[in-house]
Amino acid sequence: MPKRLHPKSLENTIMHYCPGCSHGIAHRVIAEVIDELGIEGKIVGIASVGCSYNNYLYFKFDMQQAAHGRAPAVATGVKRVHPENVVFTYQGDGDLAAIGTAEIIHAAARGEKITTIFINNAIYGMTSGQMAPTTLIGQVTTTSPLGRDTSLQGFPLKMSEILSQIDGAVFVERVSMHDVKHILSAKRAIKKAFKVQMAGLGFSIVEVLSTCPTNWRLSPVDSAKWVEDNMMEYYKLGNYKGAELEV
Amino acid sequence: MPKKVLIKGNEAIGEAIIRAGCRHYFGYPITPQNELTNYMSKYMPEAGGVFIQAESEIAAINMVYGAAGAGARAITSSSSPGISLKQEGISYIAGAEVPAVVVNVMRCGPGLGGIMPGQSDYFQAVKGGGHGDYRNIVLAPNNGQELYELTVKAFDLADKYRVLVMVMADGALGQMMENVEFKDKETPYKIDKPWATTGSGMKRKKNYITSVYINPDELEAVNIRLQAKYKEIEKEEVLFEETDCEGADIIICAYGLAARITRNVMKLAAEESIKVGLLRPITLWPFPKDAVGSLADKTDVIMSVELSAGQMVEDVRLAVNGKKPVHFYGRTGGNLPTQKEILNEIKRVLEKEVK
Ligand SMILES: Cc1ncc(C[n+]2csc(CCOP(=O)(O)OP(=O)(O)O)c2C)c(N)n1
Ligand code: SF4
Repeated sequence: MPKRLHPKSLENTIMHYCPGCSHGIAHRVIAEVIDELGIEGKIVGIASVGCSYNNYLYFKFDMQQAAHGRAPAVATGVKRVHPENVVFTYQGDGDLAAIGTAEIIHAAARGEKITTIFINNAIYGMTSGQMAPTTLIGQVTTTSPLGRDTSLQGFPLKMSEILSQIDGAVFVERVSMHDVKHILSAKRAIKKAFKVQMAGLGFSIVEVLSTCPTNWRLSPVDSAKWVEDNMMEYYKLGNYKGAELEV
Repeated sequence: MPKKVLIKGNEAIGEAIIRAGCRHYFGYPITPQNELTNYMSKYMPEAGGVFIQAESEIAAINMVYGAAGAGARAITSSSSPGISLKQEGISYIAGAEVPAVVVNVMRCGPGLGGIMPGQSDYFQAVKGGGHGDYRNIVLAPNNGQELYELTVKAFDLADKYRVLVMVMADGALGQMMENVEFKDKETPYKIDKPWATTGSGMKRKKNYITSVYINPDELEAVNIRLQAKYKEIEKEEVLFEETDCEGADIIICAYGLAARITRNVMKLAAEESIKVGLLRPITLWPFPKDAVGSLADKTDVIMSVELSAGQMVEDVRLAVNGKKPVHFYGRTGGNLPTQKEILNEIKRVLEKEVK
């Protein structure tokens, strides 16, 4: 029987995420990258507020749980005490692009040597599917029941584009995790983001287009398709900054 | 012999931070504590430490949470409106049991209020401020030397109990120039914090720091542990100063700047043969309940004097528990009560209460 390869940096436990949710995949990819870089002993993760609030139970390395939106500030504190460590935040779109906008912008502006994994599922997952700052135009959520109407609810924020304007942010890439091909390139981006931090170059972020089948009210398969058909239309995949960096 | 240095209160706090071995300061400008942030920006890097001017008080307290969680001594300072913004972080720090220090150089409120000295953040500091059942140790210095010494002590208490310690000064103490003796040697602080998020180094199991427990039994167990710790602090760490209370006609309870003004009132009153005692809480939490309660055996009238509309007086009343009348005198808006005003109030109260 082939041995199941379980990343060392991931606990061998059942996660609470819904079927078809990207969080679990993102966790595995991050753990694999940490294993491959051999940094299990010096990685510190910052959990945020959202469905992944307790992912310190799933990752097998030091972590600190942060208040809603504040993970980049907490990561700043952790990193400044131990600059030799590799520090990352794991944040949803409500966390990063609404309540925590100031913290992410200024961590980037300071060129804080941390990495952010930004899970953009265009909705507030944990609180039952409210409109997020990244909710697409026309998208139905529990607080935009008629679909997001730009005349009332404004426009979705393109965080990768915004952050790439900031000089302190040296590596910015948007990826997706809706199929194997995209997961593999997402992994390459996450690895590079960590390497950029390890080289001391500045702030790095990978925005991950993600699924929330439960609150999108779609099957896992249809959710993957929804990412491809709708999210990737508005949120263009690709590197926004730092593709040329040799790390 | 360390010699005395003439220094502003805010800068004395700054020197205490460095001499306590703290190397991580996170701030955001606000009057009347700017000298402290400025001092840190110069001397923290000189001491090999980290100074960050954060994007907000919210970010600053969360940087403290991160740095202290990672095992360092860490501090932020602000003044009243900024301290309001820090309350979320303070609650998280209490829940996660991370040792940290916060300085509040109080101004007056509510709202943007004014930049003149006040003591109207007493409720916020000692009754919670943030959400949940938690306590901060709250230290109330009343001169430059105490600003220095209690700031150093704040770090020791924070580490001893893994709690947040707040140093409550006010705009006047912060701005005042006084002679201060720096007693402690300047040595970066090292203490074993096996729970900290230092990176495992592959030598131990993972550490994680959190304040979230979805399971009610788990969260209740955390609360029970916190309350037991707070009981222990109430037993061990009460600090106060009692002056001329035995057989006094009236005893004033006052802390910080209000206590300083009261000391002058005591002299003024003595000239008119009125014996005024002073009970000065140094720890606002734990409140010196027993000492204040026993004032009822030493005098017939008790009065709380504050730069507020009457906040600490509630704790004084609780401690005295109806055994003797408890009065209040205070000024707000940044106005300081004059010695004469307080003396007049003392006379009025004595007239009323003592037949
Ligand atoms: C200060 C504060 N406000 C609101 C909440 C409630 N809350 C919990 S999770 C969440 C939204 C999370 O959404 P997102 O960041 O997109 O993560 P997801 O759940 O989709 O993974 C909110 C608003 C909170 N915990 N704290
Ligand atoms: S609610 Fe959405 S984001 Fe949360 S675990 Fe379920 S699918 Fe994932």
